[in-house]
Amino acid sequence: MESSQADINREIEAAARQPGGPQPRIDYPSYRSSVLRHPKQPLHLIDPESVELWAPAFGHRDVADDEADLTIQHAGTPLGERIVVTGRVLDGDGRPVANQLVEVWQANAAGRYRHQRDQHPAPHDPNFTGVGRMLTGPDGTYRFQTIKPGPYPWRNHLNAWRPAHIHFSVFGSDFTQRLVTQMYFPGDPLFPLDPIFQSITDPKARELLIAQYDHDVTTPEWSTGYRWDIVLTGTHRTPLESDVEDNA
Amino acid sequence: MSAAPGQTVGPFFHLGLEYDRMNELVPPSHPRAVRLHGHVYDGNGAPVPDAVLEIWQADPQGHIVREPGSLRRDGWTFTGWGRAATDPDGHYQFATLEPGATEPGSAPFFAVTVFARGLLDRLFTRAYLPDDPDVLANDTLLESVAPERRSTLIATREPGGLVFDVRLQGEGETVFLTYPRLRDAWA
Repeated sequence: MESSQADINREIEAAARQPGGPQPRIDYPSYRSSVLRHPKQPLHLIDPESVELWAPAFGHRDVADDEADLTIQHAGTPLGERIVVTGRVLDGDGRPVANQLVEVWQANAAGRYRHQRDQHPAPHDPNFTGVGRMLTGPDGTYRFQTIKPGPYPWRNHLNAWRPAHIHFSVFGSDFTQRLVTQMYFPGDPLFPLDPIFQSITDPKARELLIAQYDHDVTTPEWSTGYRWDIVLTGTHRTPLESDVEDNA
Repeated sequence: MSAAPGQTVGPFFHLGLEYDRMNELVPPSHPRAVRLHGHVYDGNGAPVPDAVLEIWQADPQGHIVREPGSLRRDGWTFTGWGRAATDPDGHYQFATLEPGATEPGSAPFFAVTVFARGLLDRLFTRAYLPDDPDVLANDTLLESVAPERRSTLIATREPGGLVFDVRLQGEGETVFLTYPRLRDAWA
């Protein structure tokens, strides 16, 4: 029988009572699709070697500047609330991750993805694809302009809704820092109900995925602004000054 | 500093992560191209049709490449990095070159990252070239893995290619890796 939101809430509360780390629990059955898709054996701890001490390099030949503006990819202007999202990509020791690739994708303002598998009967926006790419600057800064995504329903349980979010794919300066995550918006009423967000059982760690409204990023008569810094894990190789040049 | 937690790539990752020739580290017509391919399976042995694999590797001479161009491939520059999504049968494939040993006597491998709908955080593993049993026998990682699980980390050879299946759970579960700084950050 399909679970109700109340069932899911009880499961989320029970899981939250067990001590949890700051990463998502990959064994988190309230997210039904995870049940058969996580390893049961413990992860095997090793010292990284060889290519694992390095990350792939990306450069300006890979990413055009206008790929950081999701509002100009079509003839018309997309519907919804125009926003700018910016922040810095830092490694676990607080060093900026420069010249590295950030990829984002998201639903439109109505909560619909431009994807064949999204069957939510909310309107597509012919002027919005919902995909962006950018490189971080020398101080690790990324910045893109988009439309605030809407929340959307999914079929995890009856009346399941995802809080509004933007998917982020981020690379560090070594292979082990690779991160794919989701950025959320402050104060979303769906936070306590969402098993994907709640799979991070440490509340302080969940906060790390929530952007802050920043009036200094907001532009008069144009768009509101959000700031979200992304801290990766630490590098296993001490970065050299020359890394930055190598990546340029 | 506390590291940001991961989250699943979700069901719509194709939208943001797919691009032209992302799985062609070299054109398939390249005289030395090999096909690295396999299936991703779940805990019931069912194929996973919505997974993404990334590979990161040395070139055939064992050099760790520092070349951009993985997103806009020019057909000539070997960048050492690629991405492939699984198809409806849970199958993925790359066209690439075989990595060389990055140090004398070391075992060549592809570093592999796995993402999927239903997988709340990415997983790391390695796919070793199968050819030299002496080199594999002396590899630090393989030595540290229970003998019956070692084969999950080693690709198998077929004419023109290498096969590497990923089992997320259950019988034959792939050995997935973690690294010291990940443990530090999350301790």
